[in-house]
Amino acid sequence: MAFSNPETKKISGNMPSISGAQLSRKSSKLSSLKRDYQLWIMIMPAIAVIIIFNYIPMYGIQLAFRDFDFTKGLTGGQWRGFYYFEQFINNYQFKDLMTNTVVISLASIILGFPAPIILALIINQVIWKRSKKTLQTTVYLPHFISTVVMVGLLNVLLSPNTGIVGLLMKHIGLGDIDLLGSTKAFVPVYVISDIWQHCGWNSIIYLAALSSVDPQLYDSAKIDGASRWQTIRYVDLPAIVPTMIILFILSMGNVLNTGFEKVFLMQNALNLPVSEVIATYVYKIGIISNQFSYSAAIGLFNTLINFVFLLGMNFIAKRFSNISLW
Amino acid sequence: MRFFSKGKTASDMIFDAVIFILSVCIFVVIAYPLYFVIIASVSDSTLVSTGQVTLIPKGFSLFGYQEIFKDSRIWIGYKNTIIYTVLGTFINLLFTLPAAYVLSRQEFKARRFIMFIFIVTMFFNGGLIPTYLLMKDLHMTNTMWVFIFPFCVNVFNLIITRTFFENSIPKELFEAAQMDGCTHFQFFGKVALPLSKAVISVVGLYYLVGHWNDFFTGLVYIRDYSLQPLQIVLRDILVSNQVFSEGAGSGGAAGGYAQRYADQVKYAVIIVSTLPILIVYPFIQKYFEKGVMIGSVKG
Repeated sequence: MAFSNPETKKISGNMPSISGAQLSRKSSKLSSLKRDYQLWIMIMPAIAVIIIFNYIPMYGIQLAFRDFDFTKGLTGGQWRGFYYFEQFINNYQFKDLMTNTVVISLASIILGFPAPIILALIINQVIWKRSKKTLQTTVYLPHFISTVVMVGLLNVLLSPNTGIVGLLMKHIGLGDIDLLGSTKAFVPVYVISDIWQHCGWNSIIYLAALSSVDPQLYDSAKIDGASRWQTIRYVDLPAIVPTMIILFILSMGNVLNTGFEKVFLMQNALNLPVSEVIATYVYKIGIISNQFSYSAAIGLFNTLINFVFLLGMNFIAKRFSNISLW
Repeated sequence: MRFFSKGKTASDMIFDAVIFILSVCIFVVIAYPLYFVIIASVSDSTLVSTGQVTLIPKGFSLFGYQEIFKDSRIWIGYKNTIIYTVLGTFINLLFTLPAAYVLSRQEFKARRFIMFIFIVTMFFNGGLIPTYLLMKDLHMTNTMWVFIFPFCVNVFNLIITRTFFENSIPKELFEAAQMDGCTHFQFFGKVALPLSKAVISVVGLYYLVGHWNDFFTGLVYIRDYSLQPLQIVLRDILVSNQVFSEGAGSGGAAGGYAQRYADQVKYAVIIVSTLPILIVYPFIQKYFEKGVMIGSVKG
């Protein structure tokens, strides 16, 4: 998540120099090891898990440049260079996959990014404490519904014959659109249901930023005769801009990371032309069809493009607002 | 009601009215679908499928729940998910809390480097295929351990916990304890943990919800149906439409008829599978919020 990252400032804080200058380097290292051995024991399990399950697969990325050989393991196959990347780029599905992935995630960002901000500003304006609490409790709730249940919910509610939304649409004369099986409706349904589910939860971070606004600012705005709307515009909004920028950079860094689970679960034969994205393709090619090297190459390609977007957005933000991830 | 109190300009009153209307709309849009699932699950399926059930349950029927009780798949999934969730959350905390404590100690020299190693994994990963092949090499596929150990340290949760330790356990406390001959083990177990119930609840609940809702692990690493977690069973019922364990839920000549009953079962399944989270949710809500705040405001 966003704000966890600016580690550096905290860590680089002054450490008390316990080892005296008269001690030689070696013996001070030894003594600190002796002093801290319990700390090492406590952190070792976590380090081990991270090394095994995060770093070994990173080392295994070279599979994308090699053939996979069952007998020789992950990194023993013949070196193939960029062969598998070329195979992907020349694939007839390449254009569709890229388009679908970018369309779904850009739509999610463009519509999904402002939603929690607006929601937070509205919640922040509710003056009755009890109603505010109820509203917050309600809007956070859908976040905890699992993706599977969420898609199941869409299936039953949007079903054109039996679902309540399907019936409602028929009622107002919009009938006969199968929201689940049409190529036109897939992206809107995906994005809107995503906003429905996560908008509330994502607003928490903005509410936190809003709650830290100095109350004196509101008082002085009032004295200056600012209307409620002007208070939002000139006090609330500037207070959450840094949060907005950081979150926006991070979401751009995920531009090719459509949520695998939801897309995968929402796929069906009818909407496949617009719903096949890189993540689901990697799964199908790799796990189902066992073309390990090829799908590893596609996965790496995806990661690299994301990283380029992240760097690019970070650079732009740094240039124009002096706010950046690092 | 402060709404009509004096000293407010007309424009402020309009503003409040607009906020009020917007809030009500948002509330209805979020809450109604959830409410509808509840009333639909206890109503007559014919009335539901023809759109006659909108505000209150009609033609009370527990058909969906009865079907679920007969369906062994759900109970196997439930059992598996409870095991994975309880054991998994325990392992998560066992690995995360001590590590967070260590990283919160100023005198621990390696902490900067170790933190860097952890944070890198938030931005880079090996991707699906190398990870999958690793699990295969470790013989973890098709075992329950793949739900427990891989990725049991979530770096985001680690940072939340570490930040909490840093801010709420004064340095002097350890120094004083150390004078009395207290080791790190003792200090962690007897002082740090008891003082950190809030953050342990937050992080524990994050992990717990993660395990409960985990679909991906079962999908990729598990072939044996008796090991599948609830979410995979739910996928089969809700999304793949295999509602009745004996046969398909729809299709054929009786498609429409069967679909109606299938939907009834689906509403009930949604309730039954989400119930545990819905029950604890109101009590833990404030903790979730706290977690986001600790994780975000710092930094």
